Amino acid sequence: MAVIKVNNLSKNYGEVEALKGIAFEVEQNEIFGLIGPDGAGKSTLIRILNSLILADKGEVSVMGKDPNKQYQYIRNNIGYMPGRFSLYEDLSVKENLEFFATIFGTTIKKSYNLIKDIYQQIEPFNDRKAGALSGGMKQKLALCAALIHYPKVLFLDEPTTGVDPVSRKEFWQIIKGLHQHNITIVVSTPYMDEADLCDRVALMNEGEILRIDTPKNVANSFDKPLYALEAKEGNYKLIKTLRAYPFLESVFPFGEKLHYTDQRDLDVTQALIEHLEAEGFNDINISKIASNTEDVFIRLMNNQKQ
Amino acid sequence: MFDRLKGIIKKEFYHIFRDQRTLLILFGIPIVQIVLFGFAISNEIKNVKIAILDQSKDEHSTQIIDKVLSTSYFDLDSYLNSFEEIDDAFQKGRIKAALVFPPKFSETLQKESKADVQIISDATDPNTGTQIGNYLQMQVQQYLMEHEVTATSTLPPMLINTEVEMRYNPELKSVYMFVPGLITIILMLVCTMMTSIAITREKETGTMEVLLASPMHASIILLGKVIPYLLLSFVNASLIIALGKFIFEVPVMGSYALLIGEIILYCLVVLALGIFVSTIAETQQLALMISLFALFLPTMLLSGFIFPIENMPLPLQIVSKIVPATYFNIIIKSIMLKGATLSFILKETLILAGIFFFLMGVSIKRFKIRLE
Amino acid sequence: MNSEKIIETTKLTKAFGSFKAVNEITFDVKKGEIFGFLGANGAGKSTAMKMLTGLLSPTSGEATVAGFDVFTQQEKIKKNIGYMSQKFSLYDDLSLLENIKFFGGIYGLSKEQLNERGTAMIERLGLSDVSHKLLKEVPLGWKQKIAFSVATLHQPKIVFLDEPTGGVDPITRRQFWEMIYEAADNGTTVFVTTHYMDEAEYCNRISMMVDGRIAGYGSPKELKADFKSDNMDEVFVKIARGENYKIQ
Repeated sequence: MAVIKVNNLSKNYGEVEALKGIAFEVEQNEIFGLIGPDGAGKSTLIRILNSLILADKGEVSVMGKDPNKQYQYIRNNIGYMPGRFSLYEDLSVKENLEFFATIFGTTIKKSYNLIKDIYQQIEPFNDRKAGALSGGMKQKLALCAALIHYPKVLFLDEPTTGVDPVSRKEFWQIIKGLHQHNITIVVSTPYMDEADLCDRVALMNEGEILRIDTPKNVANSFDKPLYALEAKEGNYKLIKTLRAYPFLESVFPFGEKLHYTDQRDLDVTQALIEHLEAEGFNDINISKIASNTEDVFIRLMNNQKQ
Repeated sequence: MFDRLKGIIKKEFYHIFRDQRTLLILFGIPIVQIVLFGFAISNEIKNVKIAILDQSKDEHSTQIIDKVLSTSYFDLDSYLNSFEEIDDAFQKGRIKAALVFPPKFSETLQKESKADVQIISDATDPNTGTQIGNYLQMQVQQYLMEHEVTATSTLPPMLINTEVEMRYNPELKSVYMFVPGLITIILMLVCTMMTSIAITREKETGTMEVLLASPMHASIILLGKVIPYLLLSFVNASLIIALGKFIFEVPVMGSYALLIGEIILYCLVVLALGIFVSTIAETQQLALMISLFALFLPTMLLSGFIFPIENMPLPLQIVSKIVPATYFNIIIKSIMLKGATLSFILKETLILAGIFFFLMGVSIKRFKIRLE
Repeated sequence: MNSEKIIETTKLTKAFGSFKAVNEITFDVKKGEIFGFLGANGAGKSTAMKMLTGLLSPTSGEATVAGFDVFTQQEKIKKNIGYMSQKFSLYDDLSLLENIKFFGGIYGLSKEQLNERGTAMIERLGLSDVSHKLLKEVPLGWKQKIAFSVATLHQPKIVFLDEPTGGVDPITRRQFWEMIYEAADNGTTVFVTTHYMDEAEYCNRISMMVDGRIAGYGSPKELKADFKSDNMDEVFVKIARGENYKIQ
């Protein structure tokens, strides 16, 4: 049974269309990722789902309830971790947790089983002020606070933004670990590579959902052969030369290399090498590669614009 | 429900006691103000030249004159024989005040248990003028109290009406007004500014978002914010009254119970005002601006604390009518300085109560349970 | 890229009391290089960058930036560098043109230079139609490109970018990196601080700070080979938590 159902959902802020008629469903006990850059509408969507913002149009149901009318039920049964660190910086770790336990009418003790794995990592800093914690610690504390009342659905708005890679990895381990407690998780992130850690993802851009699928299917949905290129002369000269190449479809810098697609469907490796050598490039390295979420995202964005 | 409220209150106290600036505003300002204000005033009165026009020259008038002149506050310039001479003495700058007894002073006092004394004070320097007037008044009152103790108790209590006349600036108020006035101002500052900032701070840091996403009712959130400040305000008001009483001998003539009740009522009003401000302002900065410029300044200037309302141009008088402090000023002055009972200040009390329910209603209605 | 060193530090240190925020870092940046300066929050990146941009005096060690000494010639350093950060770079309530004039003026460009370069820049970005719009009306992606152009308007030898591309969409981000490539190709050195590891892969060389020290230094390719990792994220995890660190 779908825990979250959204149909034809729209939300405007003045002239800005934050959400343009989106639709999706989230299944019980699923990790559902909202992947997209700033301004995609991820936070707006999460806030509509958790009843903090009213939609302009469309149907929304969370655990079978309408966030507009039955917000009390929803607020009692969801956990929410906003994008910004939203605990009290002048309160200690323990005081923060105790406070959030009280306002949900529970205690740390009662929820200990659920938060134990996370809480144990920050428990040594129980008396430290939340404001003095590192980014990763803050995230863990905020997550504990969001879980303190055994929510059925957990909303995480960009929990890993601005956090170092080690803490990011640890945080995702924790999210995965919540599976066993039968919690449905909606998580947003601007990091394309985090898509792979979700059960299903919705790629979002400018208020639209570009695609919903499992991360594997999304990555494989690239409809063209993709090549990674590099040469001794560097990416900038390579890009300029390729842009002038008549068979070019698209070329983007991708880390150290360039990702390239051609208008022709056959293997163009040899043709490219010859062309680039003729243009005076050395140490050319071309390989056919499997696409990832970011490649697909770029392609879908381009289609969206057309 | 109760646990949740307790949780919020506890948390709010953590915030207050961990922020030194908050504590400084809460307790530093009242103490500094009252001490500065108080000493600036009390140091001025010494060896002030007065003239006396005693038209009775009987038992009580002579004793009062002796008492007045025995203090270090006043020195005798001269005994006068007519009202014309008073003007003359003032204009030549020989005296700062004059004390006038009507004819048959003792007789009237014995017979009717009350009599009049006129105190005329030079108010070209308004503060000093009022102070001198007050000191003279106090001497007369004290005499009466001492005298009463020795008098036979079968008689009804005697009353000397001291009529202070402020020459050249007749509308001037008493400096003792500053203690009640200060309570009015400080409570306004603490309750309105602090609560509105405490709420907008949560909006700014994003913690309000988490609170709203919790099942807690808006009224609990607000109540949890208000109660700590109510308690602190009360401590503050007591502090000012105590300082006023023990350092500067500002009396509380009326009932303490009534005074406490009225202070709580006024605190509730200004707290509601603070909540109202926080429903308008999204940032601490804006809340501070509104508190200072839209609320604090009018309270200071228009409530009758500094300038008498009667002397204001009509538009400002109208504005002063919607400033809650105006009514509380009347109430607290009446209780502290005149010993008024509830029946005297019922109208003002009811108006304050009305303002409270209005503000609270509007605020709860305006307080958003969502983010927009 | 040539081998001329434009930034050179030897045991550069900044101590706050007994705490060494930057602890004897030694590295160099070559002219026209895109140099990534990485590290977690609190690793000492911003302290190091403040010393290199002449905002903070070092405690000990040596360093030159654009040929000037960070101890004695801070004002000269400031004239020869550009700075852009994601958090603050331009005024939202000024128009594009006003921003250009203001920041160009700060760096001592004459009126003629401002007009000439400002107009050229607006044309190059294709923003002639919106040059009178307030900056807050311009989309985030554009803002970053404008901010970068403004930071390089006075043709500095080095431009410092503080976490420049966080949160923007993948296409805008790549357009931004192309601008950086172009600047580097024209001989401007680009010094990027970031804790986004995928951004690091766009740099020619990087250094990675951990607890005030440089714990990794080289090209992304070298580092990935050294640490037997597929991407910079893994490199970071191994450097930050020791090579044998594994997530349980």
